[in-house]
Amino acid sequence: MSDQIKITIDGESIEVPKGTTILQAARMIGKNYPPAMCYYTPLKNTGGKCRVCLVKVAQASEANPRPMPKLVASCLTQAEHGMVVENESSPEVLEARNGVVEFLLINHPLDCPVCDQAGECDLQNLSFEHGRSETRYEEGRREFDKIDIGPFIQLHMTRCILCYRCVYLADQLTEKRVHGVINRGDVSEISTYIQNAIENDFSGNIIDVCPVGALTDKTYRFKQRVWFSKPFDAHRDCPKCTGKSVLWMKGQDIIRITSRKDKFGEVIDFICNECRFDHKEPHHWVIEGPRDMGEESVISANKYELPVVSPAVNVDAKFVSE
Amino acid sequence: MFSESRLNQINEIVKRYPEGRHKSALLPVLHLAQEDHGWLSIDTMNEVAGVLNLEPIEVYEVASFYTMFHLKPVGKYVLEVCRTGPCCTVGAEELVQYIEDKLHIQVGETTADGLFTLKTVECLAACGTGPVLQIGPEYKYRENLTPQKIDELIDELRAKG
Amino acid sequence: MGRKILLEHIDVPGIQTLDVYRKMGGYNAVTKAIKNMSADEIVEEVKKSGLRGRGGAGFPTGMKWSFLDKKSDKPRYLVCNADESEPGTFKDRYLMEKLPHILIEGMICSSYALGANTSYIYVRGEMMYVIKILEKAIQEAYQAGFLGKNILGSDYSLDLYVQPGGGAYICGEETALLESLEGKRGNPRNKPPFPALWGLYGCPTVVNNVETIADVPWIINNGGEAYAGIGIGKSTGTKLISACGNINKPGVYEIELGISVEEFLNSDEYCGGIANGRKLKAVVAGGSSVPILPADLILTTANGEKRLMTYESLGDGGFVSGTMLGSGGFIVYDDQQCIVRNLWNFTRFYHHESCGQCSPCREGTGWMEKVLHRIENGHGKLSDIDLLVDVAKKIEGKTICPLGEAAAWPVASAIRHFRADFEEHVRNPDSCVKKHLHREMAHAH
Ligand SMILES: Cc1cc2nc3c(=O)[nH]c(=O)nc-3n(C[C@H](O)[C@H](O)[C@H](O)COP(=O)(O)O)c2cc1C
Ligand code: SF4
Ligand code: FES
Repeated sequence: MSDQIKITIDGESIEVPKGTTILQAARMIGKNYPPAMCYYTPLKNTGGKCRVCLVKVAQASEANPRPMPKLVASCLTQAEHGMVVENESSPEVLEARNGVVEFLLINHPLDCPVCDQAGECDLQNLSFEHGRSETRYEEGRREFDKIDIGPFIQLHMTRCILCYRCVYLADQLTEKRVHGVINRGDVSEISTYIQNAIENDFSGNIIDVCPVGALTDKTYRFKQRVWFSKPFDAHRDCPKCTGKSVLWMKGQDIIRITSRKDKFGEVIDFICNECRFDHKEPHHWVIEGPRDMGEESVISANKYELPVVSPAVNVDAKFVSE
Repeated sequence: MFSESRLNQINEIVKRYPEGRHKSALLPVLHLAQEDHGWLSIDTMNEVAGVLNLEPIEVYEVASFYTMFHLKPVGKYVLEVCRTGPCCTVGAEELVQYIEDKLHIQVGETTADGLFTLKTVECLAACGTGPVLQIGPEYKYRENLTPQKIDELIDELRAKG
Repeated sequence: MGRKILLEHIDVPGIQTLDVYRKMGGYNAVTKAIKNMSADEIVEEVKKSGLRGRGGAGFPTGMKWSFLDKKSDKPRYLVCNADESEPGTFKDRYLMEKLPHILIEGMICSSYALGANTSYIYVRGEMMYVIKILEKAIQEAYQAGFLGKNILGSDYSLDLYVQPGGGAYICGEETALLESLEGKRGNPRNKPPFPALWGLYGCPTVVNNVETIADVPWIINNGGEAYAGIGIGKSTGTKLISACGNINKPGVYEIELGISVEEFLNSDEYCGGIANGRKLKAVVAGGSSVPILPADLILTTANGEKRLMTYESLGDGGFVSGTMLGSGGFIVYDDQQCIVRNLWNFTRFYHHESCGQCSPCREGTGWMEKVLHRIENGHGKLSDIDLLVDVAKKIEGKTICPLGEAAAWPVASAIRHFRADFEEHVRNPDSCVKKHLHREMAHAH
């Protein structure tokens, strides 16, 4: 038994290299893997915070027999040989996950009808599966003003779930981090502290890694709901990045440009701001063809609905009737 | 601006930690900066960042996490009264109201003469001698408080000016 | 009079100075350890003593020490947890203020046992004056040759520093403490890896409470077996209990583990009974995080046995009818105290102190506080009571660090044992609201 270990998740066994996390092993099995709102494979040190990926370790490995069963964050917990894990087969896991989703929603504005992220929002997807039909939360909701952080990006802190992804991205991809998490507890916020622009060649990627609509592309805002545009793989020769992008087109117009994501919603190649914001003309690009968005996406399933939890705002007809 | 002797002090503090771990000095240095200025302005925090070779955001993140650091101007004396359960069994809530009435301010406010700011804080580990408050920068506690002791304390601090 | 291991010399004038402390036998353990014992022998004695961590969790100290990764070629660290912020707990402050050298002596012995050459005492920033006392004691110890290079002529060297916190209860959690000591926000780390493998600066680290470390010199001087001879069963030795609330004699007491709760509460040697001749309503026996128990259950277990001041006896009955020894913060409530208001207060504490990293704690603590605030102010509904129980359940066991449980247990236990009080608040809002408070206490951060 060299560097491969065997782990069983919801009754299915798989051999994985030592050091693989439970979440990665579950993704390798490929079905019903746990959701992840904060963990992000391309970014070091992410994970462990949102707790939607909790699974139950029903049986620990013989080599490391810690007291089990126990709920653990699958994104950070390493698989061990002989471990038996329950994900969706465990009512306890589902109940815990429903609880976490409820917590994430109590202070969320539920403004999906006017949110740019609608249709590609991890929280919206989660609340379809794990949300309650009505909220039990009757207290005041936390609110922040939305602010522009530079000419291209808007921060709508009220929607943020504090995954910290954008902070790690700034740490790991850009030269100098100017934004971070300030304050603590439920008044923590993503901020520059002083009203500052986040400006560097790769800052636009914070939009792509944000699991909700807290960081949005100002050059795209309110132009179109995402499910009315069609994604195309395209590339261009770029001295700064690979140039491999997705063009979101309506007719002949590029309404937005993003990086390409894999089927787990994680960016494959981070793109530079020039590709993202400055080349909105189709002739700047070599268009490869339509992008396959995978069957789980709201966009391809064409099943966008209002959030399950009764929204706190009125549906703005302008945005749903097109 | 940090004085020469402060800068020497900071150099000594940095030596407590292994090579390359100078960020560990951040909390001690923020305490020194607050002792000098009474509170931490953006300029002060930027200066701390400069001295410790950190990005300013790293300093804002840390300073805003810990409750001892005042990120807004405060009075010369910040009275921080414990408001947690055990102190409330012996009258902390009533005492806070006594101070509010005496100084004509509410928790979080500063007196017009700029002398006192009243704050409430969580448990100060003095539950057996409550009600209790602390006053920076040396943070010597005042314990077993009564309205009379508050009167004396306020007189004492007013006399010091 | 019970046996005193820590506080024996507390009343000796000048005991804060190295000279007087030495006259009373102080620093003999350092000499004995460094001259006559190997590091492993000390770990062995501590194992034999049965000493359990005094910071709250009660984890066997010898076992924790033996987990320290001694194979790695990275430096090893000992960090003393002097963040003492758990409501009701004030023993470490007392010990450090009155007997600073006992902690310094313990730090030297323990660092030697663990092979640490640099150690830190992380003291909550509010205790700035205690930091000054400790720094003075450390200076004296350097001058006397107990710290620094080649201690007592041996090849063992140790540097000891005091680090101030900045005001954050969460930094008492050991991995948050390490983050804070690294100059960062006090966000607890995901575990595993535990500090024994990945601690301060990613190096093998032991974090121990002040009192735990202060017990070590006595164990070195007298042997692990002698320590294990004090106390009952797996609750060996003595424990500092900080007693507060509605009692005649609030203060810090060193007890032999195993005396009865009733003796502790009523004897003149300790709490001296309930103040003002009132009746006992409830006790929170181990700091605000542990389950509250009503008068009958704190004095006798559900099986009718006398409840003792031990880890096991206080835990008897689990969460249904028991509690925990925790950090030894013993909070007593008389029949005039309002359980609902106290719970709201505690919930506000956890809400205020949550670091905010993980969603169940960040959102759940605020939710519980707001619901309790409504109930306390006469706007509650009966369904709120079960909602609270459910929210607490959805936090417990789902978080990065045990602050989640610390926030959930008081809610679950107060409602379990005092549901009628909550219902009374809902039905008759005027009944318990502190009417003489003409304003609501400020809510500010
Ligand atoms: C929220 C929280 C706060 C804590 N606060 C303290 C504290 O103030 N002092 C302390 O010694 N331990 C505290 N602990 C326990 C520490 O994490 C750790 O278990 C302890 O310092 C280990 O030392 P010991 O084994 O000597 O008890 C706290 C734990 C949690 C979860
Ligand atoms: S349980 Fe609370 S204090 Fe602990 S990591 Fe999570 S948010 Fe922070
Ligand atoms: S994805 Fe694991 S905790 Fe967020």
